[in-house]
Amino acid sequence: MSKKLLFVPLVAFLALAAVFTTQLVRNSEGDDPTKLESVLIGKSVPEFRLEDLAEPGKLYDQAIFKGEPLLLNVWATWCPTCYAEHQYLNTLAGEGVKIIGLNYKDQRDKAVGWLNDLGNPYLISLFDGNGMLGLDLGVYGAPETFLIDADGVIRYRHVGDVNPRNWKEKLEPMYQQLVAEAK
Amino acid sequence: MKKWFIALFAAMTFSMAAQATIEVYEFENLQQEQQFKELGNTLRCPKCQNNTIADSNAELAQDLRHKVYEMTKQGKSKDEIVDYMIARYGNFVTYNPPFTVATSILWLGPLAVVVLGFGIIVMRSRKTKKIATDEKWDQDKEQRLKALLDEENNGDKQ
Repeated sequence: MSKKLLFVPLVAFLALAAVFTTQLVRNSEGDDPTKLESVLIGKSVPEFRLEDLAEPGKLYDQAIFKGEPLLLNVWATWCPTCYAEHQYLNTLAGEGVKIIGLNYKDQRDKAVGWLNDLGNPYLISLFDGNGMLGLDLGVYGAPETFLIDADGVIRYRHVGDVNPRNWKEKLEPMYQQLVAEAK
Repeated sequence: MKKWFIALFAAMTFSMAAQATIEVYEFENLQQEQQFKELGNTLRCPKCQNNTIADSNAELAQDLRHKVYEMTKQGKSKDEIVDYMIARYGNFVTYNPPFTVATSILWLGPLAVVVLGFGIIVMRSRKTKKIATDEKWDQDKEQRLKALLDEENNGDKQ
């Protein structure tokens, strides 16, 4: 009996080592433990009234998210990862994916210049200068991309850049499913 | 030479002072100020993890502080503000998470360890009692054994 007890620390150590190894392997595969699950999944896009990015005075509200499945991309010119994903967003827009842009806590002239220089993948560009819609959406770092269904309900939140890999693996199947649901 | 060092040192201290920014919040009464301070130390910054929003200088933490300030000024209670934040950032945002299935291990874990510890102690004390009774039984047996041996010895003598 006492001899068996001597193995308890070893077994406990091995169990802990297994747990840590599993998580480390997952991290190396791109699972980021600092990513937060959005609490808005299954809820409608919060109410808002925001100006168009390029045309001050032109107002939009949450009704723009009704009708067809959309991507809502939160971006800013101060965000390097947004720069990295921008070309791929252009590609997606070229393939017919509908994307609405939310310019988050940014300067208007800089953001307009960015879209003129790098191309504009967005159907509509909302300007959220003080980040209040960002706060309502629980945005904690740009870029973030929300998948929104035809009823204006948030179905998924992706934190970080959209790239060919995660689009093909995760986002596109969900987007296509939303498109199929809407038909 | 020394002069230059003093000048350099002075320049460095000045630049550090310029970098530190202080936010000034004004309150109508002491309760509001206390509520603001309390919430700043119980709400957690979603961006810079394991900092409270009062500790963090991240932009998001500044925004959240400002929101807490605004809502406090509007006369919102502590629970209302915490609920507002949870509705947007989830239970992660508070350092005082409610009891759910996911957090149950936090609350029940320590209790389980204590119960387990006491369980082991009780089990062990029972076991030693058993050994003690075994010894008693052994003594009885020994006496019987001695008696038997004595009988045998007597038998040999005859």
